[in-house]
Amino acid sequence: MADAPLRGLLTADPSVATAGVSLFADALRAQAVPVTEVDWRPPLAGTEAALARVLADPRREAANALAFERLTTAGSDLVDVRPASEVLGLEKGQFLHAGPPLEWDRASGPMKGGLIGAMLFEGLAQTPEEAEAALAAGRGISLEPCHHHGAVGPMAGVVSPSMWMFVLRDEAHDGTAYCSLNEGLGKVLRYGAYGPEVIERLRWMTAVLGPLLQQAVRAAGPVDIRAIIAQMLQMGDEGHNRNRAGTLMFLREILPALIAADAPSSDIAEAVRFVGANDHFFLNLDMPACKLATQAAAGIPGSTMVTTMARNGTDFGIRVSGTGDQWFTGPANTPEGLFLGSFGPEDANPDIGDSAITETGGIGGFAMAAAPAIVRFVGGDVPFALRTTATMYEITLGEHPAFQVPILEFRGTPAGIDVVKVVRTGVLPQINTGMAGAVAGVGQVGAGLVNPPEQCFTSAVKALAATCG
Amino acid sequence: MSEIVQIRHGVYVDSVSLMQVSRDVGATPGVTAALVAMATELNLELMRGMGFSADEPTIPNDLLVALRADNDDALAAGLVAVDSTLAALRSAGASSGGFGAPPPPRTLRSAVRAGGANLALISVPGSSATAEAFDALDAGVSVMLFSDNVPVADEVALKTAAGERDLLVMGPDCGTAVVGGVALGFANAVRRGSVGLVAASGTGAQQVMCLLDAAGVGMSHCLGVGGRDLSAAVGGRSTLQALDALAADEATTSIVVVSKPPAAEVLAAVEAHAATLGRPVHWAILGPGRPDLTASTEAALTADGHSVPRWPAWRGVDADAPVPGALRGLFCGGTLADEAMLVAAEALGDIASNIPLRPELALGADLRSPGHVVIDFGDDALTQGRAHPMIDPTLRMERIAAEAADPTCGVLLLDLVLGYGSHPDPAAELAAAIGAARASAAAEGRELPVVVSLTGVEGDPQGLTTCAEALAAAGASVFVSNAAATRHAIRQLAVAGKES
Repeated sequence: MADAPLRGLLTADPSVATAGVSLFADALRAQAVPVTEVDWRPPLAGTEAALARVLADPRREAANALAFERLTTAGSDLVDVRPASEVLGLEKGQFLHAGPPLEWDRASGPMKGGLIGAMLFEGLAQTPEEAEAALAAGRGISLEPCHHHGAVGPMAGVVSPSMWMFVLRDEAHDGTAYCSLNEGLGKVLRYGAYGPEVIERLRWMTAVLGPLLQQAVRAAGPVDIRAIIAQMLQMGDEGHNRNRAGTLMFLREILPALIAADAPSSDIAEAVRFVGANDHFFLNLDMPACKLATQAAAGIPGSTMVTTMARNGTDFGIRVSGTGDQWFTGPANTPEGLFLGSFGPEDANPDIGDSAITETGGIGGFAMAAAPAIVRFVGGDVPFALRTTATMYEITLGEHPAFQVPILEFRGTPAGIDVVKVVRTGVLPQINTGMAGAVAGVGQVGAGLVNPPEQCFTSAVKALAATCG
Repeated sequence: MSEIVQIRHGVYVDSVSLMQVSRDVGATPGVTAALVAMATELNLELMRGMGFSADEPTIPNDLLVALRADNDDALAAGLVAVDSTLAALRSAGASSGGFGAPPPPRTLRSAVRAGGANLALISVPGSSATAEAFDALDAGVSVMLFSDNVPVADEVALKTAAGERDLLVMGPDCGTAVVGGVALGFANAVRRGSVGLVAASGTGAQQVMCLLDAAGVGMSHCLGVGGRDLSAAVGGRSTLQALDALAADEATTSIVVVSKPPAAEVLAAVEAHAATLGRPVHWAILGPGRPDLTASTEAALTADGHSVPRWPAWRGVDADAPVPGALRGLFCGGTLADEAMLVAAEALGDIASNIPLRPELALGADLRSPGHVVIDFGDDALTQGRAHPMIDPTLRMERIAAEAADPTCGVLLLDLVLGYGSHPDPAAELAAAIGAARASAAAEGRELPVVVSLTGVEGDPQGLTTCAEALAAAGASVFVSNAAATRHAIRQLAVAGKES
């Protein structure tokens, strides 16, 4: 009876989903009717009218289907490694940073620290004090979000002209994305540290590591980053706070070409040691891969899918496909988690970094079930990891066809955050993150879990409602 | 101040667990600094940053334990804490209770998917109902929208979207539906049969289905469409879809359309469409000069070749002689209240109401008038922030007590609707209120006759006869026909006798 009216409603055995008064669900159970009850909660305050408009928008279904299709079919091939001055056209004094737009005066400790370090690294200042004064004065200095240049940067995400960048291509949608090379953990620029060892490491990365990786990638590449992400999820990584398997698989891909590179063997050995010992080296590859996917899905009128989540240490900002380049911001929350050494919660800076692009792309916190080791950051247990991923399905448009979670019977990861679902359910995206010290120069103090502020999503839904005819 | 640095070989614990161990050990009283970590370069640097130094060479697979405390006792306690926390980590897996239950669905789309549902029943607050209904339609299922206070523009948008998807929106403010024998919302356990109902009225549909049941005639489906469906704004969108669906349904041989007063041009269009269906369509449409629901049901029974029975009634205590005062009808069912006013107005003239037959008869906010009054306690304005009176009868109970003390009240006309979704034992509470009202009126020298319109069937969870007998025992006269109940109430009044 497929052609029966109302999709066969009158001929099928009724099975009912209920939202609201549980009395009605009880009455159905009393009649032995299968019932699925929604754990319904009111939407985020003040959004009812906007939600009704957006849900009634006839463009929405098709627009979201297209956005999801682009998000999940985007390729990500590592094709080159080049200095930012060449690929992004950055000039002395031009800096990119993580998160939504930010002025120096409002920048947090780690952001200021990262910029001070970049000034020292570029030779624009001789001392931190001199760098800080020049940044505060702003003469000859420009600050812009990485996201405005097709780039992403973890934590402070500071990019300066001399830094080397991974160059990734999405041939399916003709997209390009960039990310700097990961420096490791502890006292590093992206966590706001700018001591001599930080600058020295950056110089080595520019002089040795970048050119070596360039040779290796040009010889062995393109390297399919999306394929490595799919594998790492089956090896206990979630691609944000845990990148161990991904890093080693990447190293495996380029190792023969690296060894054959035209360079002193001591340099090659040091590069291999550096990459292999840095559990987060692959973060700076899966981030631009997710950037390619989300930017392929950007700018579709009527789509309610989130295409960016990013933090600059002061504000949390999101962008949504249907509202294009507009940022919706709110004050960044401070993560909860575990601390290194003697650091404690009072030392932590609010949430910072473009790395929430991983959650936007359907990995990271959304794939927490694939990486149960992560949950101990908040004193959670394995069921917490499973529950987290299961809950994210409630706010996403679909399941990623390539990224799977073995323990959930290889179900695709929840992908494509829908602002409408976030606002309706009040369930906020789960982000796994590192924690930077609040004071410039300190570096990393811990790692943990964090959520975006609600207001990013409520203002996005209101802006989407304004685009409905 | 005491401190210790230990290097333990052959112990591997992952870094995240060790951060947790460090935190727990650091919380030991008297311990001022604690680092329990694998001896990686990063951690050795951290340890040095905390002012510790290790003399022994290490490899990254060694476990570092660095503690500083106020005194030796605290240091010893800290070391005990290191061992016990590490031991607890190992035993946690052994005592784990499995992977835990998946979280319940948070949206209708996800519930529809999880349970394979083919219908959504929505009873969330009206301000959120539109969003939920669109979500259900997007998930590919028809919707029964019980929620009220939904803007009419939203209703039109929902029904238009549903029509495009070949889905049905029953509602908003749809209290009653029966699909494939399953009662949704407020509905009675009527026998299965071949009459299909299309109802723009919840309690009106319940009244008709209970009368049909009393006549031995069963029902295939009752498709609610919401009280505004036959208004000019909505244009009968769901009614037309429901008629087509029932006309194509093999289990349905005749159709009854039940509605409160509709827009004339919409009714005409629906009637014209019904004439093309090739199935008999009967009309139970309330309105001035139109037959009441009982009469319409009788006409439908006769047209389908059934006989009309004596409608069930239980006699209570009538007034010895016609009483002074006015009719006070206190209803939970909107259509039953409407019908009572239409029937009573013929004998009594104007009746003030919160759902008046004409705008000038509207009651003020206090719902008071010295004359004839009929109140619908289920009206949108009285259910904002409150459950429907068929679930929570508090407001009406208070009013019954107030009428008992009011000398202008001549007769009380009440409705009681049984079935799924309604109060599980409504008769006991109502009988007690009736008994108390009659007693308090009697104490002031007034006789207060009470008439109850009881919509229900024997198969309902509350039991028709049980309820009727409890009410009759409290002194009320009880009728399954709402029109008959109303006429019986009018007959108690002296004023009716004078005018007729």
